[in-house]
Amino acid sequence: MKRNIPLILAFVSGLIVIFSEFIPHRPFSSIVDSLQEWFMIISGFAMLLGVMSLLRMNAAKVSTRSPDWQYHLIGIISFGLMVLMGALWGMEEQAGILGQGASISAWLGKKPFDYTYTHVFVPLSATLFSLLAFFIASAAYRAFIIRTLESNLLMIAAVIVILGRTGFGTMLTGWLPESYRFWHLPNLADYIMQYPNTAAQRAIMISAALGVIGSGLRIILGIERSYLGGDK
Amino acid sequence: MSVNTSSHTERRIVFLIIFLAVMVPLIFPIGWGSEVSPIARMSYDLIDETPAGKYGLISFDYEASTITELQPMAVAQIEHAWSKGQKIIATALWPQGPQMAEASFAEAKRNPAYADKEYGVDYVNLGYKVGGIVTLQAMGSSIRDVYPKDSSGKNWDDLPMLKGIRTLKDLAWVSSLSSGVPGLKEWVMIAHDVHNVPVTGGTTAVSAPGFLPYVNDQKQLHGLLGGLKAASEYEMLIDKKGPATTKMDAQSVAHIVILLLITLGNITAFRRKRAKANLTGGQNA
Repeated sequence: MKRNIPLILAFVSGLIVIFSEFIPHRPFSSIVDSLQEWFMIISGFAMLLGVMSLLRMNAAKVSTRSPDWQYHLIGIISFGLMVLMGALWGMEEQAGILGQGASISAWLGKKPFDYTYTHVFVPLSATLFSLLAFFIASAAYRAFIIRTLESNLLMIAAVIVILGRTGFGTMLTGWLPESYRFWHLPNLADYIMQYPNTAAQRAIMISAALGVIGSGLRIILGIERSYLGGDK
Repeated sequence: MSVNTSSHTERRIVFLIIFLAVMVPLIFPIGWGSEVSPIARMSYDLIDETPAGKYGLISFDYEASTITELQPMAVAQIEHAWSKGQKIIATALWPQGPQMAEASFAEAKRNPAYADKEYGVDYVNLGYKVGGIVTLQAMGSSIRDVYPKDSSGKNWDDLPMLKGIRTLKDLAWVSSLSSGVPGLKEWVMIAHDVHNVPVTGGTTAVSAPGFLPYVNDQKQLHGLLGGLKAASEYEMLIDKKGPATTKMDAQSVAHIVILLLITLGNITAFRRKRAKANLTGGQNA
């Protein structure tokens, strides 16, 4: 019974949503509207769950002194500080427990939460993402080696696309007359992206869509039960 | 041990070269030009051909990590729409989206031509909602029900420019600046495919190939801005020398350096292979 009720609920809800696509009228449309609202509310709780999970995982690593536990501690402290600053003085136009924090905002130029977000969080996030450039360069140097015909083709396509995406590539073939416009590196790069790449992407997308339909049907029909917390 | 040490040294040299390749052009710009691609122009045309007084929606579906590529697109699109007398609604499917929107509007207002643009009259920031595609489906029935208040807590009715807006169908265009899921794909599936609202957008260069199938005859996507290059192309189209144009030199030099490193890597691998073959041949003899 404990398992059958959720299975029945999933089956009925799934059927209603499918029917509403083909019969967009009452009662299906109004039921689907309510289901959408429920979904948004439940998604909000998922964020809360994420925060609790983050704290629990990091706290466990600190308490067991696992390798690099100091970083996890810094993570928890940073999280706590941001919550505290947001709760005490609010963010942007919203007030916190201590009001708008006019004096501290005058000193920092912004509210403490906004100041930390703009001057600490944003640069750190952008820096972390930018580090990818270093790893890509290093990986390209060591791994992008021509060994077979396929890797040869991949290399030629990569060189054209990389050069076509740079101002240097534009300059390199910019002198070609208008009648040879197709051979301009940016145009060649666009051709590779729009035809061979798009064909492959479409195949991937169609396969993925079929997979999603399959797994959706498995959930509605009660074959896939892992979302209930096990397969028994 | 020696192989590991050599590999570590090689990596450090590569890191140093890339650092210099990015830094030097930022300090001493080269000024290489760029050709505007047809799909970037499509995106530009959508906003350019929309009459004054109409509403455009920009969804800020990214966070601080991809700010370098996506923020210039946002600022350029805002300035372009304002130059055409359009009004802009900002929403977000990512939690940090409202801050990204706030920063983009502030940046656009630094341009003296748009300094007089007024919040609630020329633009609003409705903020973030959880739920991804389901939120968009609900916006198809009523945007007001999904966003009864803006990001700063003001009521929908207190924002004059929203008086004419009910559902997604009241929008002239939607642009999703997206660095993942939920984002541009969800906007195509709901705003275009269900409600027939023209959708354009921008992504990071690494995600752009996955969105190209949507730029098709049905115009599921009305053009696409892929990465910093497309952002610089958009800036070129609105006649602005913005951050994307400035950073393109650094990206171009870094790309060339990566190509040179690939060539060097292949030469090294070829030499090693030949040395190994010679060694094996010598032993067999």
